Amino acid sequence: MDVRSQVSMVFHLDKCIGCHTCSVACKNVWTDREGTEYMWWNNVETKPGTGYPTKWEDQESYRGGWKTDGKKLSLRSTGKARIIPNIFHNTSMPSMDDYYEPWTYDFKELFNAPEGDDQPVAVPISKITGEQIDVEAGPNWDDDLGGSQIYARNDPNMEALTPNQRLQMMSIERLVFFYLPRICHHCLNPACVASCPSGALYKRGEDGIVLINQQVCRAWRACVAACPYKKTYYNWSTGKSEKCILCFPRLETGQAPACFHSCVGRIRYIGNVLYDADMLPEIANLPDDELVDAQRRMILDPFDEHVLEAARKNGIHEGIIESAQRSPVYAFVKEFGIALPPHIEYRTFPMLFYVPPLLPVMSSKENDVIDNDIDDLFADIEKARAPIQYFGSLFGGGNDGVVRYALRKQWAVRLVRRHLTVGDVTKETAERALAQADCTWEQADRIYRLTTLANMDERCIIPPFQREMAIEMMEDPHTHRSSVGFGFRNAPARGN
Amino acid sequence: MSDFFLFGVLPYVAVVLFLVVTVQRYRQSKFTYSSLSSQFLENKQHFWGSVPFHYGILTVLTGHVVAFLTPQLILGWNAAPWRLFLLEATGLMLGLMTLVGLVLVVVRRLRNSRVRRVSTLADWVVYALLLVQVVSGVLIAYFHGWGSSWFATSASPWLWSLVAFSPDVSFVAPLPWLVKTHIVNAFVLIAFFPFTRLVHVLVIPNMYLWRRPQVVIWNRGGPAARGER
Repeated sequence: MDVRSQVSMVFHLDKCIGCHTCSVACKNVWTDREGTEYMWWNNVETKPGTGYPTKWEDQESYRGGWKTDGKKLSLRSTGKARIIPNIFHNTSMPSMDDYYEPWTYDFKELFNAPEGDDQPVAVPISKITGEQIDVEAGPNWDDDLGGSQIYARNDPNMEALTPNQRLQMMSIERLVFFYLPRICHHCLNPACVASCPSGALYKRGEDGIVLINQQVCRAWRACVAACPYKKTYYNWSTGKSEKCILCFPRLETGQAPACFHSCVGRIRYIGNVLYDADMLPEIANLPDDELVDAQRRMILDPFDEHVLEAARKNGIHEGIIESAQRSPVYAFVKEFGIALPPHIEYRTFPMLFYVPPLLPVMSSKENDVIDNDIDDLFADIEKARAPIQYFGSLFGGGNDGVVRYALRKQWAVRLVRRHLTVGDVTKETAERALAQADCTWEQADRIYRLTTLANMDERCIIPPFQREMAIEMMEDPHTHRSSVGFGFRNAPARGN
Repeated sequence: MSDFFLFGVLPYVAVVLFLVVTVQRYRQSKFTYSSLSSQFLENKQHFWGSVPFHYGILTVLTGHVVAFLTPQLILGWNAAPWRLFLLEATGLMLGLMTLVGLVLVVVRRLRNSRVRRVSTLADWVVYALLLVQVVSGVLIAYFHGWGSSWFATSASPWLWSLVAFSPDVSFVAPLPWLVKTHIVNAFVLIAFFPFTRLVHVLVIPNMYLWRRPQVVIWNRGGPAARGER
């Protein structure tokens, strides 16, 4: 047993209001420089939709992540054998047109335009060339299902549905959508790290954060192609790839990452979990629909004496163990079993988990009569507005069972709360729902509290990073005295 | 006298510049070591230029190095006329492939406004030098045939005399002006090399094939474990 600690995340989609505050917080902190304008380390997509970059889930064309023949994993894009012939032109690499060309407006036009019959307008100009461009699309072009006939209809997850279900999802009366905020998943088996020919990408041993060493990156672009979530980005100006750093400078000083800190809907939970790295090779080749359970098995019980013993033997500090015991991620993923990894069939074992949204039918209309049957409040999850198969494709690796379990439990918690607070749901109904959902009164209460009442210091359990022991004792702080950040002693400018 | 400068002094200046500046640049601003790929900005024409250029120039360059290191091997191979024809024809084809790739790369950089935007003066200098080099090389292959053989008997001994620090320019002095241009331009290219993006050649990822797929770095390893200093 090789016990390691991993900083992991849960996004509670039932609470996401799609305000994009997280994206803006991230952009303002990290990606407002030249070459990074088009990057959204954090972005929020409307689902169903094609996302950013367009149709990133379609691995037939992007070739991200891993594939398996049942015995051995290999990268879909460029692994060891295929990087040599492809290093001069990476055939799996997306181009800027798959994201969007960043633009601003020529505001001078508003003041300098000659007098005429028309009101002057600020013309869009490219942030790269400075020339006028026709803006055709951008991230969130399909926000709230805008242009759903082009975007939502082409969602790759729609392939899991029957034609009838697809039609229903698109019909105006049953229109359904939810938001999917996305950041780097800091995977346990990151394809980006494995693909980097220079070895610039690495996973930090102590906390599992995946980073790109900017001094070692040589712009071979393999990581951009290999990441199935398209969360590594190529900086066209500096000629280096960049990605979400999980705000490690904030984490190391005990603060939540910017997107977590600013989340208005309070949907984001962060905490570390202990996992058994030795299990990875054996579970990595399991069939798609067994992967969610397998990843859960890999996450260890931080109260188990054997686990603790192995953790201590691996040099994991007591403070980190203690924080793993309070981790909200462990609660959502292992204890409750209601948080699911996105597209685990890419086999990178993402450590960002989503609580799928319930999307219940609140009332139905038949013959101009609005039916609002209280006893059937939040009608059964099978009748929810989004087909289970859609979530199964997105969060279950094709396994609808794990999605059904997560939704049913949330449904039971709602009935319990309705029984306790409003009282129009009988105790028998609530109890029946709990039994169906493999849940207890105590657990329902915990889920309720963690979902709705938890404040910052319960949602974000930041492990003690002990940077003072790990780094500063070994490095002379004076070497970084005149640096511009992250160890640069001169500005990280583009070479020739 | 000018022959002595071009073939007896310039090579040393170029190589010293190359060595000193590459090492210094790597030590002082490692960040600037990048291929500065523009594939992200333009993904289609990139294939047709970059791939033939790189494959062409790498094989042709390998041929030059082999001829320099083992001239006897090349002469032995060329002893039979059909093998000489084969080598010459292959060289010319690869040279043309390189030229086509290079022209397409330059045209792409001139015509695509995004790629033009990220081009620096150094890029254009590199392209000019490469064009002179590849065009003169192709012309030599066409007009001054059997180069693989006379390289082994003129350029190779001259280069070895340079290595031995007793430059003997008489090996190359009588060569046609086209060949001289090719040689001089080559050393100018070597001199400019460390100031341009060409340094990416020096950081080709040769360790990738042997390393484990995942890279996990523990802080307890200190700065050395992170590949710094």
